[in-house]
Amino acid sequence: MSFESLIFMPNHPTLSVLIWAGGLVILLYLARIPAHHLLKSLSRAVYSAMRLGSRSIQSAIRHLQQRNREVLLAAGAETVERLTEREFNRVHAVVKQNLQEYPALHRTMADLTNRIDEDYKQSAEVPPSPAGWVNAVDSISKITSMGDSLTAKIMGEIKKGLDQDHKKAMDEYRKSGKRRHELLNKMMPYWRNLVQAMEKTGKTITGLQDRSSVIDKRMTEYEGILAKTDKAERILSSSSLVQFAVSGLVLLIAIGGAVVNFNLIALPMSEMVGGGSYIGPFKTSHIAALVIILVETAMGLYLMESLRITRLFPVIATMDDKLRHRMIYVTLTILIILAGIESALAFMRDLIAADMQALRQSLAGVENAEASSRLIPTIGQMVMGFILPFALAFVAIPLESFVHSARTVLGLFLIGFLSILSFLLRLIGNIVRYTGELLIKIYDLIIFPLIWVERLVRGKEQCKIATTKEGAK
Amino acid sequence: MRKYIYLLLLCAAVISGCADSSSRATSVYMLVDCSGTYTSELKKAKAIVGYLLGTLQPGDALAVAKIESGSFTEKDIIAKVTFDKRPSVSNNQKRAFQKKLDEFVAAAAKGSAYTDITGGILQGAEFLNETGAGKKYILIFSDLKEDLAKGLIRDFPIRMDGVTVIALNVTKLRSDNVDPREYTSRLDAWQKRVEKGGGKWRVINDLERIEKILE
Repeated sequence: MSFESLIFMPNHPTLSVLIWAGGLVILLYLARIPAHHLLKSLSRAVYSAMRLGSRSIQSAIRHLQQRNREVLLAAGAETVERLTEREFNRVHAVVKQNLQEYPALHRTMADLTNRIDEDYKQSAEVPPSPAGWVNAVDSISKITSMGDSLTAKIMGEIKKGLDQDHKKAMDEYRKSGKRRHELLNKMMPYWRNLVQAMEKTGKTITGLQDRSSVIDKRMTEYEGILAKTDKAERILSSSSLVQFAVSGLVLLIAIGGAVVNFNLIALPMSEMVGGGSYIGPFKTSHIAALVIILVETAMGLYLMESLRITRLFPVIATMDDKLRHRMIYVTLTILIILAGIESALAFMRDLIAADMQALRQSLAGVENAEASSRLIPTIGQMVMGFILPFALAFVAIPLESFVHSARTVLGLFLIGFLSILSFLLRLIGNIVRYTGELLIKIYDLIIFPLIWVERLVRGKEQCKIATTKEGAK
Repeated sequence: MRKYIYLLLLCAAVISGCADSSSRATSVYMLVDCSGTYTSELKKAKAIVGYLLGTLQPGDALAVAKIESGSFTEKDIIAKVTFDKRPSVSNNQKRAFQKKLDEFVAAAAKGSAYTDITGGILQGAEFLNETGAGKKYILIFSDLKEDLAKGLIRDFPIRMDGVTVIALNVTKLRSDNVDPREYTSRLDAWQKRVEKGGGKWRVINDLERIEKILE
């Protein structure tokens, strides 16, 4: 149906259009109320649906937030528990190493003190005993001199005896002084030992004090987590994001290492499993190389678990110590064997690559150039082949951090995504609602002449009714 | 428990079923024109074989045959090999193949009287189908001027399902220079014949673009 067919008066196209427009306006006027209802119902239905959807998403966000909070706090509590446990272990080690010897130390110190005490007592200065002849001298001094030679002789003898006694007494005194000094000299190493023992004990006690302050800090953190405070949640959340980013970066580095490792062993694996067979769209040799790398990574994981560095598998963590030690030896042995295999494969790769190079040169008709020194790259490849499995073993540590932090970080991302979705639903609902209202206004605008006439007629009718009522009164 | 055993067996079956080596392999059958007009081009053919040996992987197959008066016979195959799965063995096979071809080129002196290209293609298609490879190529190193001996019947459709036929170094003959339409009609005729048989047709005259052969 073309526009020309609507023009029923070819000589007066404008009139035709006007008649059509008038007819349309009348039709629209007649359908005004149902059309208004339709537009309102439609916009309200969409608005309500969007709002309902948004509310549901908001409810899901709240649930997710709650769950995320619980996961975060649980992970945080576990981490702090581990850190506290480690501190307690250190305290235990200090106590075991140093303070378990404390009774022996105490006994040593008591012995040393006793010895020092004894020596001190022995070294005490004993005043020389008063000589018995002092009274005799006193009595003799009272004898009056008779001026005879006998008395003089007696007195001379007494003097001589006195001098001899004095000399003997002085010698004895000097000897005892010397002995005291020797005893005091002997005390010095005991004093030193005592000081050293005291210093050692002091250091141990200081170390224990430091540890106890760290434990206090951890316990405060733990209390905050148990109390589910917002501060604890904020700290854990930011810590989780940092952990996620750092562990993700380290995992990327590990993936790079795995790719290098893969390229080292993929070619020689074709010598073992064949170069032309496929499993699905992948070469069997590539899958075999990948399996070796994955087995190495798995062994690394088990080793780290057995060493209790990571705790990804509760079964291993709760294993009996004897069994766990056996597992350490087994995984380490397998890892060493695999590293040896890789090293051999790297060597083989070098041989195959050299053979291929020689073949290509001969096919191209070029003389085989003797390689200047192939020893260094060969050794390099072999060493790399041996080291990379062990390097891959350590991937367990960032993997654990990544897995734990990913739970909360993914939860945060999901919350963000759902928030945006909820906002968009509300936005769409509001847009539809106001678009419905706008369409009603536009509808009325199109048929405004008839609405104007209607109002005019209604106004007159109302006037008539009012006049009739007044007349009746 | 029995359920798990069945599941395990199913997985094993799937994995062993997936491990197919033939469908992804490439087989190449190269026909070298040894008629009088084309013998001088054999060194170029040797270079192409060298490229193929360098490109083909363990598990692939390669055969080089000559186009002579009656080419639908195994006697015309100069050398053929299916490379071993192990790269080291495969490299040794490639060396042996190259040696055989060198000996053939050194010995080739006199060209054949007739040129049976159709017979060679038939022989090639048979060889390729026997290998069961996923990608099958027939390389024709010739001027594509067929000159059949009296009594040979070759005017019938040939089955070329899944085979890509590549004409290499299609030299222009003296008569082509007089009337170039003869050259294009010769190529068109071969293209129609190959495509009618279910194969694909390509022409590579510039041997500098040799790496596009197995694309």
